Amino acid sequence: MSSFAGNFTKGIVRSNPTFVLLLGLCPTLAVSTSLDNAIGMTAAFVFVLVASNILISLIHSLVPDKVRIPVFIVIIATLVSIVDLMMQGFVPALSKSLGIYIPLIVVNCIILGRAEAFASRNGVLDSIADALGIGTGFGLAILLISFIRQLLGTGKLDLFGHHLFTIPGFSDNPVAILMLPMGAFLVIGTLLALFKWMGVTKGD
Amino acid sequence: MTNLFVIFLSMALVNNMILAKFLGLCPFFGVSKKTKSAVSMGIAVLLVMLVASAVTWPIYYYILVPYGVEVMKTVIFILVIASLVQIIEMAIKRTNLTLYNALGIYLPLITTNCAVLGITFINVDQTYTFWESLFAAGGAGTGFMLVLLIMSGIRERLDLADTPIAFKGTPIAFITAMLLGLSFLAFKGMV
Repeated sequence: MSSFAGNFTKGIVRSNPTFVLLLGLCPTLAVSTSLDNAIGMTAAFVFVLVASNILISLIHSLVPDKVRIPVFIVIIATLVSIVDLMMQGFVPALSKSLGIYIPLIVVNCIILGRAEAFASRNGVLDSIADALGIGTGFGLAILLISFIRQLLGTGKLDLFGHHLFTIPGFSDNPVAILMLPMGAFLVIGTLLALFKWMGVTKGD
Repeated sequence: MTNLFVIFLSMALVNNMILAKFLGLCPFFGVSKKTKSAVSMGIAVLLVMLVASAVTWPIYYYILVPYGVEVMKTVIFILVIASLVQIIEMAIKRTNLTLYNALGIYLPLITTNCAVLGITFINVDQTYTFWESLFAAGGAGTGFMLVLLIMSGIRERLDLADTPIAFKGTPIAFITAMLLGLSFLAFKGMV
C-alpha cells in the first residue's frame, strides 16, 4: 500500500505536471479566468486521465508495441468524446464557456505522457494512484492560478453564481490585465519564479 | 475576397494561436530557444495546419454531417492528423532531403500540437466554408510562426541578459510572452 501512496503524492509536488514538468499548459492558462472553469476543466481532465490509465494498464500487454501510440490516442479520444457529450448534456453553460478546450484534452501531453510512461508499464492499482496524483497536481495548479486571476482581476470571488468574497475598495479598480489572456502568462511566470526562489533559498 | 483577408489577419494577429488562444504552448516554449529551429517549426506547423484543414473540412461536411455522427469529430480528426503527419513526413523524405533534414524532427511532434487540432475545431465551430477554413489555417499558421520567430529572437538576447536568479529560464520566458501579448493587443482594433 505504501507504493500506492507514493505514486499518489509524487504527482502533487515533486513531479507536478504544471509547475515542474511544464506540460499541458494550454488548458491551464486558457480556462483559468474563473474558478468555475477551473473546476470544470479539472473534473473533465481527471476523469479522462484516470479512465485512460485504467484502460491502458489493463490492455497494454495485448497491444503490439509498434501500434501502441495510435491505440492509446484512440482510447483517449473516445474518453474525451464521452466527457464532451456528458458536459454538453448536464452542464451546458460550463461546456460552452470551456469551448474547444474540452475536445483538446485529446492532445494534452500529460495524458498521453502518463499512458506511455506509467500506465503501459504498471498494474491497475498503481496506475490509478498515479492518475489521481497527477490529476490532483494539475487541479491544484489550475485552481491556484484561477484563484489569483479572479481575485485580483475582478476584486471578488464568485463560485457557480454564489458570491463569496469582495475585496473592499479594490473591486472598483481591479488589475484588469489579469483577466486578459496575457494575465495568465504573468501569473504563471511569477508563480514559477516564486517556487524557484523558495527552492533556491531552501537549497542554500 | 475581403472576407477571406479579414479572416486571415484576424487569425494571424488578433486571435493569435499562442498569445490569445494558448494553443501550441509546448513548442512555443520548447523550440523558441534558437531562431533557426523556430523557423523550421513554424513552417512545419503552417504546412500541417493547411493540409489538415483541407482534409478535415470535406470529411466533416461530407461524411460526419450526412450520417449525423458529428460527435465522432474528436476521434476522427486526431486520427486524420496523426496519419497526415506521417504521410507528409514520408513525402518530404522522398522528394526533398534538405527540407527533411531541416523539418524532420519537428514533424512527429506536431501530432500532439494542440494548435493543429485546435484550428480544425475552430473551423467547425465558426462554420467556415472550405476557402474560409483554408485562409483561417493559413493565418493561424503564419501568426504561430511570427510569434515563435519574435520569441526566439528575444530569447537569444535574453540568454545574455542579467535576469534575477529566480526568474532565469522559463519564468522570464513567460513574462516575455506576457509583454509580447500586450503588444499584440494593439492589433485588436484592426479587424
